[in-house]
Parts: sequence; C-alpha cells; structure tokens
Amino acid sequence: MPIYPEQASNFAPHVDLLMLFVTAVCVFFATAITVAIVIFFFKFHRKQPNDVGVPIHGDSRLEAAWLIIPLILAMAMFGWGAVVYVDYRHAPQDTLDIYVIGKQWMWKAQQPNGLKEINELHLPANRNIRLILASEDVIHDFFVPAFRVKMDVVPGHYNTMWFRPTKPGRYHFFCSQYCGTNHAIMGGWVTVMEPSDYAAWLSGSSGGSGNPAVAGEKLFAERACVTCHVADGTGRAPSLNGLYGAQVLLADGTTVTADEAYLRESLLQPNAKIVAGYQPLMPTFQGQLTEEQILALTAYIKSLQSQPVPAKGSGIAPPTGKK
Amino acid sequence: MPHEDYLNATYGLRSWLLTTDHKRIALLYLGSVTFFFFIGGLFATMIRIHLLTPTGALVTPETYNKLFTMHGVAMIFFFLIPSIPAVLGNFLIPLMIGAKDLAFPKINLLSWYIYIIGGCFVLYSFGTGGLDTGWTFYTPLSSVYSNSAVTPAVIGIFINGFSSILTGLNFIVTIHTMRAPGMTWFRMPLFVWAHYATSIIFILGTPVIAISLLLVGLERMFHLGFFNPALGGDPILFQHLFWFYSHPAVYIMILPAMGVISEIIPTLARKTIFGYSFIAGSSIAIAVIGFLVWGHHMFVTGESAYAALAFSFLSALVAIPSAVKVFNWTSTLFKGSISWDAPMLYALGFIGLFTIGGLTGLFLAALGLDIHIHDTYFVVAHFHYIMVGGAVMGYVGGIHFWWPKITGKLYPEVLSRIAAVTLFVGFNLTFFPQFILGYLGMPRRYHSYPPEFQVLNVLSTAGASILALGYLLPMIYLTWSMRYGKVAGKNPWPATGLEWTTDSPPPTENFHVTPEVTWEPYDFLNRPDLGLAGTPSPVPAHGDD
Repeated sequence: MPIYPEQASNFAPHVDLLMLFVTAVCVFFATAITVAIVIFFFKFHRKQPNDVGVPIHGDSRLEAAWLIIPLILAMAMFGWGAVVYVDYRHAPQDTLDIYVIGKQWMWKAQQPNGLKEINELHLPANRNIRLILASEDVIHDFFVPAFRVKMDVVPGHYNTMWFRPTKPGRYHFFCSQYCGTNHAIMGGWVTVMEPSDYAAWLSGSSGGSGNPAVAGEKLFAERACVTCHVADGTGRAPSLNGLYGAQVLLADGTTVTADEAYLRESLLQPNAKIVAGYQPLMPTFQGQLTEEQILALTAYIKSLQSQPVPAKGSGIAPPTGKK
Repeated sequence: MPHEDYLNATYGLRSWLLTTDHKRIALLYLGSVTFFFFIGGLFATMIRIHLLTPTGALVTPETYNKLFTMHGVAMIFFFLIPSIPAVLGNFLIPLMIGAKDLAFPKINLLSWYIYIIGGCFVLYSFGTGGLDTGWTFYTPLSSVYSNSAVTPAVIGIFINGFSSILTGLNFIVTIHTMRAPGMTWFRMPLFVWAHYATSIIFILGTPVIAISLLLVGLERMFHLGFFNPALGGDPILFQHLFWFYSHPAVYIMILPAMGVISEIIPTLARKTIFGYSFIAGSSIAIAVIGFLVWGHHMFVTGESAYAALAFSFLSALVAIPSAVKVFNWTSTLFKGSISWDAPMLYALGFIGLFTIGGLTGLFLAALGLDIHIHDTYFVVAHFHYIMVGGAVMGYVGGIHFWWPKITGKLYPEVLSRIAAVTLFVGFNLTFFPQFILGYLGMPRRYHSYPPEFQVLNVLSTAGASILALGYLLPMIYLTWSMRYGKVAGKNPWPATGLEWTTDSPPPTENFHVTPEVTWEPYDFLNRPDLGLAGTPSPVPAHGDD
C-alpha cells in the first residue's frame, strides 16, 4: 500500500521532502518520550505500598534546553514551509491560464481557446499552469493530491493557484471544502498530456467550443455596455482598448492594475473604484451575470488588449506613472 | 457509620434542580454532558459504519452530512467544552483552594440551566430536519444554501455560550478571592492554574463565536448581507470570526485536561512535579498565544501570503509551551514511585496521544505542507488526537482519579486498567490510519470515496468498535461502583491536595473547619498525615533546587 500519492507536479517533490523532514523530527521526539515513559514506568514501579519518590523540583538547564531546541526545530519547519508556500503563492509570468468554476456539485473548466470541460481538466506537461478559480454559489476547493496543491474557490472573488504538471497521466481532483449534499462526488480527473498531444486534443476536440471572447463581445452588445464604453474614447465611460494589464488612474489619485479581479469588481461593484474623470454612472451587474458570463466579458476585454488606445478617454494612467 | 455529606444532606428532585452546591451542580453537568457524549458517539458510530464501503454502506449523502455535523456540534459545544471545567472544575476548584463554594453559587446553577436551554434548541434542530452545515458553519453554505435546521442550532449555541462565560467568570473570581489562608498562588494545584487559563479564554473568546453565529442566523432569517457576497458580504469574514474563538476553543478543551494530568502524575508517582512554574506558566502562554493563531485554518482561502506567514510562525511558536509540559510530566516520572493504577494509565495514554496530536499540528502549521493536507483526513486525525486522545482521555482519567472523592466509592481495579488499555489501543487503531488517508489525499466530510482508500477506512472502523468498548466499560463499572463499590475513605491514593483532607464524599460545606495551608503542592515528604515512608527511596535528591 502506498503512503504517499504519485508525484506529478513541480511542488510534489518539495512538499514530500518537507514532509519527510517534519516526520523525522516528530518521530524522533515521539519515540524519545515514549521510550522514556516506558522505561520509567517499569524501572520506577512502586515496590512497597508506602514508598515515595525522590523529590526533584526541576532543573533550569533542562528547561532551557527543551525550550530552545524544539523552538529551533519548529522555526526550521516554519521557514521551510514558508519557502514552499511563497513559491506557490507567486505564479510565474509565463503561465497558461485556465478558468475553473465550481458550483454545487460540479466543476467547469475553460481552456484558453474556449473549449469547455466538465469534471475533467486536460493540461500539457511541463508548462506552468495558472488556474483562475471562481464559484457560482458556496465555497469549494480545488485539490489535486498528485500535485500536492489546493486552493479554495470563494464566491465573490477570484483565487488563483499555479503548478507545473511534470508527468503525463490521469490524476484525481477533489473538492476539499465541504459544500453541501454531494460534496463527496464533486470531483473528477486531471489528464496531463505531452504538449503535442495536448495541442492535438485542443484542436481536435469537439466539446462545447466557442471562443469566450466572441461570446463576451456578443454579451457586451446585448447588455448595452457598448453604449457608454465607446472604443474611440468619446463615450460616457472609458474605452476598454488596451485596458487589460494596464495601470488605471482612479478619481482618488491612486492607480490600480486592471487584472481579472479589478474587472470583476468593476462589473459587480462599479462604484468601488471610479476612473479619474468619470462619473459613477454604471449600474451594478451583481446577481445578473453568471460566473461564466463574467469570464466571457473578461476574455473579451482581454482581447481588446492589442487594440489602439485612444489619446483621450481611456482611463489608462499616463506613462509617467509606469514602473 | 453514616455521616452527612453533599449527596445525602437533602433528598428529592427539587433539592437537586434548585441546588446551589457546586458539587451537585457538577453532577448535574456530569449527567448532561454524558447524555450529549452518547448522542455524539451514536453519530460517530454510524459514520464509521457508513464508511466501511467506498460507496457508503448505511445512509444517504444528506443523512451522512447531517451525521458528521451533529456529531461535531454535540461533541464540541455540548460535551468537550463543558466536560472538564463544568464537571471536574466545578466540583474540585472550591475544594482544592479550601473554599466552601464558588464565588457565585446561584450564577453557577444559572449556567447549568443556560446550558440545558441551549442544548434543547440544538436537540430541536437535530430532531426537526437536522443540521448539515458542518460544525464550522461556513458561509454562505450555512447562511444561504443549507436547507437544514440551521437557525435553531445557531440560537442554541449562542445561548450555550453564556453558560461558558458565566462559568469562566465564576472560576476567575473564586480563584482570586476565595483561597484558604496559606493557599498562595504558587501553592495552588496545577489543575487550578489550568482552569484559570481556560476561564480567560471562556470570557474573551466565547462572545465572538456567539455573535458570529448570531450573524449567520440574521443573514438566514432577514437576508442581511454580512457574509453572502451576493448581498455585498464577505464569506471569509465569517471564518476569521469563527476561528478567533474556535481555535482557542481547542485550548479550552485541552488545558483543563493538562490540569488533570498535572494532578495525576505527581500523585501516582508520589513525588513533587518537575518544573511547577514552567507548567503553570505554559498554561498562560498557551492561552495568550492561542488567541493569535486562528489564521492557520485559512492558509488556502486566498488570505494574504504575509498574514499566512505570521500565522504560521505563531502556530509553530504555540507548540513550545505544550512541548514544555510534556517534557516536565515525563521528567516527573523519573525516580518516582509509580503506581500502575488506572488514572496513571490514562495519564500516560494522554501524554502519548497528546504528543502525537501536538506534533502533527506542526505539519499543518508548516505552510508548504498545509497546501496539501489541509481539509483532508490528516486534519481529522490530528484534531481527534488532541480532542479525544487528549481531552477525553484526560476527562476519563480525571473521573477515575476523583471518583473516590465524588462518590466515596472505589471501582474495580483490574477492570479499570483493562478499560484504559482498550481505550488507548482502540483510539490509535481508529485514528492513526487517517493520517495516511489524509496524506494520500482523501478529503474530509466525504460520504463516498475512491476504492483505493477502503483498506484504511475499514481499519479505522475496526478501531472504532474497540474504542466504543473502551468507553462503555467505565460507564458500566463506575455506575456499578456507586452502589457496590468498596468505601474509599478520605484519601485513597494518597494525594496532597486539600480536596483529599475532607471526607469522601465531602460534606455540603466542603470542610468542617476552614483549612490552613502550610505545605507546598505535591510535597509527599513533609506530610506525616499521609502515612507514607518519611524518607525518599534509594538515593538522595539531586538537581533539587
């Protein structure tokens, strides 16, 4: 019987090595204490009913030793754990971004080309993957034991997780945050493929395709966003050309990076951050857009990244503000 | 020679339900927490039977989710938290410090009634549709999506919180103001120190859980947007509020058990405790640092990485005072005169299981490991080692240790040792496999699971049946002993504490004359009244300061 799952991501060997270290330290202490107790238990067993023990009140050198040595070891565990965690929380720049939406009780994933999967996730091996996680209802958690990583999927904002699959194969993924009746069956399989197989699968698969940016563009027109967000910057709201990833100058003088979280917030709570020079006119879309529709709109806005930015009416901070 | 004691001073139901005697109130609590332990245990039994097969052998998913939720709610809020403080603490603190009663006897009775009223709300919830939110009540599942009887349950837990607050208040005032002449702070039994620390947590922490569960109820009933993002709330805010209490609550469960162990070990090893001030001080350190670690339940919620680093650091730190206690208890055994009576077996079992429980906490505190084992069976195993292996073992050990004082009777020797060993073996077989299950990736709260996890689940269920036997045995022979047990006498072990200088069972006013304390705690040498050998066995003391 195995005692650890397959190692199939860049994090797996690190987490397992840390596990080995912590286990070794803990087994050492647990064994030492058990052995001491067992020896004392037999060696100092009461011989005569009215025997008493030797009164030893304490020893300050011993107390110091067992304060300091465990402290050093505990700090080593903290430090090593922190190194792995900080790596996990800072995704590299070159990630392949995939959207994953959790809802009671299924997972929907959307590949970069718009290909949708349910309770399945196909990934290329040896490529940094970033999952952008959203929930339609309660808190879920995306957990792949073979990758040794998980992240909660929290309604109301995006969480992200990253990893690099290192070994082609099929691995379980689970929901590991209790989410109601069918929590236990809210899972599926991650399929890690050689990059060429993945590319072939992406182009050849007939699953519910459709470019999300196209769907987003349609939605952009349907919901009349286009009335105010005029591309040439002459509308009542800023043009969205070139917006994604840029710095936006706000009415209060601060700037913010236009990432997924900012776009999401601007859709759902448009008054939270007002672009400098504009009035808070936009209605909220809270409760009126599904997570998938939000993703489609985000994808459309991302697709405008390469469009020409108008000289006036873009909301993007002047280049002096750039780092 | 029948003499008057607190049990036979007055008769009738009324004399119990309106009593202000801390000893009788302790027995009222003993009855009611045992009732909830039975209910929680019944749910646990059904959970373990259900998990025998990968598809679930017994109940529907809805029912399974209710079982583990109600198991947690009954066990944590209505058994573990009140068990040692409200039963043993209530009974013993006045006796240990030489007082006639707690400072506020009527408030003490009130706290029991509050507990019962809270318990009734929760039982009503269990009986009318049950509860399926998990004992953690995470929002927005609990506040919006769950169709079960959440509102009565959160009201019940809200009410029950006041019982804890009043008990904590009573203990603190009593310990400050009602110590007998000569009972200085550093002559107090460590059991009293542990309850002092626990009481601080009761008073500071309980209002927070009470209010956060009230907010869940308000969001459910009136759609106020505290936690529901669709109403502008933040679901993570709930987790901060919940764990601000519920992590310290773990110390509410374990600190009193540590107090019990700190009494049993020196008494049954017949020597003074090693490092008294370090054990007392570590209780306070645990209570203080324990308030600053709640964020370690949230490392994968997307909380700021900087916050995670701080919480991980503090969580690693809080392990140290617990380690200090374990080292001091173990050292106390050195050159002792160790009895093999049941309370000692429970105490040693406690040290073993608590050590594993505490050390596995370090795995979860280490950020890089938590991203894998968070919310898996590893966590389930870890906290059961602390709460059952630690707190319940301490509680059962304490009941055995003070049973002669509480009832005036002795229980069957051999049977009680067999029960202690059964409990230890059954516990390990139940929960150790769950560490491995967790590392293999089985998430918690699963009514069905992939077939590769079956062997370990079957082992765990097998262990649970041994564990159940380990709990049933004491219930049977302790009940039996109340009528048929041998008369215990004042001080059967013998022990040095004040509670052992009065009759067993004690008279209603505890002491016939106010005691005066002229000895240090756990000093067996200068107590000719104990009838022990006056000089220490083999060698003279060294390392003695």
